[in-house]
Amino acid sequence: MARNKRAIPEINAGSMADIAFLLLIFYLVTTTMDTDKGINRKLPPYDEELVQDPPPIKERNIFTVLVNSNDQLLVEDEYLEISQLRAKAMEFIDNNGDGSCEHCKGYGMSNSSDNPDKAVISLQNDRGTSYGMYVKVQNELVAAYEDLRDQLAERDYGRSYREMDPEEDEEIIKEIKNAYPQKISEAEPLNIGG
Amino acid sequence: MAVIKKKKDKALPAVNTSALPDIVFMLLFFFMVATVMREVDLKVAVNKPQATEIQKLERKSLVTYIYAGAPRQKYQDKFGKAPRIQLNDAFASIDDVQAFVIQEREAKSEEERPMMTMSIKADKSVKMGLITDIKLQLRKAQALKINYSSLQPKNVDALYSSEN
Repeated sequence: MARNKRAIPEINAGSMADIAFLLLIFYLVTTTMDTDKGINRKLPPYDEELVQDPPPIKERNIFTVLVNSNDQLLVEDEYLEISQLRAKAMEFIDNNGDGSCEHCKGYGMSNSSDNPDKAVISLQNDRGTSYGMYVKVQNELVAAYEDLRDQLAERDYGRSYREMDPEEDEEIIKEIKNAYPQKISEAEPLNIGG
Repeated sequence: MAVIKKKKDKALPAVNTSALPDIVFMLLFFFMVATVMREVDLKVAVNKPQATEIQKLERKSLVTYIYAGAPRQKYQDKFGKAPRIQLNDAFASIDDVQAFVIQEREAKSEEERPMMTMSIKADKSVKMGLITDIKLQLRKAQALKINYSSLQPKNVDALYSSEN
């Protein structure tokens, strides 16, 4: 018995570390840690026949944003820089023209939106507009809504809306989303300057 | 003193490396788990646009990618410089998008299908004409959840400068 035991040699594990290192380096090199991020949007469903008689919306409740093929902005018939767009959009959404919105802090102008529920942002671009510009405009419009929601959350709950946990604060998020529903409509692009 | 010094020299022990394989294995397993192997070979150059209001794409298995951009240098002889669409590993035309989406959806299980997200990874210099065509095809294929893949800018002010 004793002889038998002695005969089994110990497996040399000295090179195990080398093998593990080799594999480790392989995975280190092939790993791409990039997390995919982007702006989430929803497309309208496709309808063969165009909707007849779209529901009338008052002119004052529409915030038109046009982008031409030179990436220039025309907002409410006014030439604007991209850096001004967010503030302008927030002013429009938060306007509270008919006084029915209690959480709004707008100026109540007669030529701007009635309340956030009715306010619609209409975005139209040209087929020649660059994708970079389009994303920037989308970003500013989404940011306008997010900023307003942020302000409301700060006032009502003393917390930032952007940093809320989607599961824990589900109710609050729902309520704030309802207070400022995101209404961005996209028209078919023009084809003027391609 | 001299005697003590000598003793110290002799007492210097070898560093115990027997735990090294364990540590390396731990790292190895971490990277093995974290690695996503399904990266397609990009044939178009994609310089993503920048945006601040971005959200993370959860569940990579539910995401389908559509790439758009100018073909890379080595493909330019064959395909020219005009922006093109890439689906999976090959160049595709706009008419292929709808079939591709439907095929991708078929590959997913019934309950996951409504949660499918299309991620549009396009170069920022691509004209909206192409993107609009893609969007129309996606609408026809009933893939309505989309995501404009973009990067978080390091400096927010750079977002408003004209060259970006």
